[in-house]
Amino acid sequence: MTTGTVPTQERGPVTAGTRGIAAYRGYRPPVGMLSWALHRITGLGVLLFLLLHIVDIFLVGYGPETFNELLFLYRHPVFRIGEIILVAGLYYHAANGVRIILIDFWDKAYQFERQLFYGVIAVFLAGFIPTAFLMIRAMVR
Amino acid sequence: MSAPRLRVGRERPAGGFELYSWYFFRISGLLLIFLAITHVVIMHVINTVDEIDWQFVADRWGSPFWRAFDWLMLFLALLHGLNGARLAVDDYVRSRGWRIFAHSILWSAAVIFLIIGSIAVLTFNPDAFQAAATAAGS
Repeated sequence: MTTGTVPTQERGPVTAGTRGIAAYRGYRPPVGMLSWALHRITGLGVLLFLLLHIVDIFLVGYGPETFNELLFLYRHPVFRIGEIILVAGLYYHAANGVRIILIDFWDKAYQFERQLFYGVIAVFLAGFIPTAFLMIRAMVR
Repeated sequence: MSAPRLRVGRERPAGGFELYSWYFFRISGLLLIFLAITHVVIMHVINTVDEIDWQFVADRWGSPFWRAFDWLMLFLALLHGLNGARLAVDDYVRSRGWRIFAHSILWSAAVIFLIIGSIAVLTFNPDAFQAAATAAGS
């Protein structure tokens, strides 16, 4: 790389007096990259939990003692926080998956790339905030 | 009209297995939105891990509907997830030997987890344990 400057075309003009390091507001990835990275991370995360979940539900066939003994794991506070993160990952993956399908089958979708991503964030928050609230309330009660 | 269409997202494969995989992702994804979110709401919001135990699962799987629901979700989620992992492997694992190794792991995981998951959902018989518990209690 020959240049250390940050592209600013998506952030509006740099005002006078904010040059050099002062103008650097951190690396801001384009929405396509951000949504793609989040989709992959959440997808692999949910898959990891799914594999664990298949193993634990397999133990249900070994009877109540075996299965109930294992449940201390899922009732542990660390696991219950992980459970909320899992739901966040699942909801994002679901909302962004709809965005991907829209881009695939609606030929004007590319014109609204940024709006669609903000729509994903809005749908995600609309689903996740009430879910997280109910889960945390059940946890502290 | 003459402006070339901006390429956004992953290109649709031309044919063969990759095209089936492409369609499977989208169809299973739409079904999983319904299946997985219903599952999360019932098992993690309406009920919580404090209430769910062996008896809860036994009661739930007394209904063929929930067994079918759970098995369909198992099948779609596992193949959707491992197919996603396969794309990640194709993106990051470059050498031929490691690719064969990683693909072998993924296909083996698909077969093994589908078998143990199906055994759990389809062959679970709570009556045997309940009869034993009643016999021991009386």
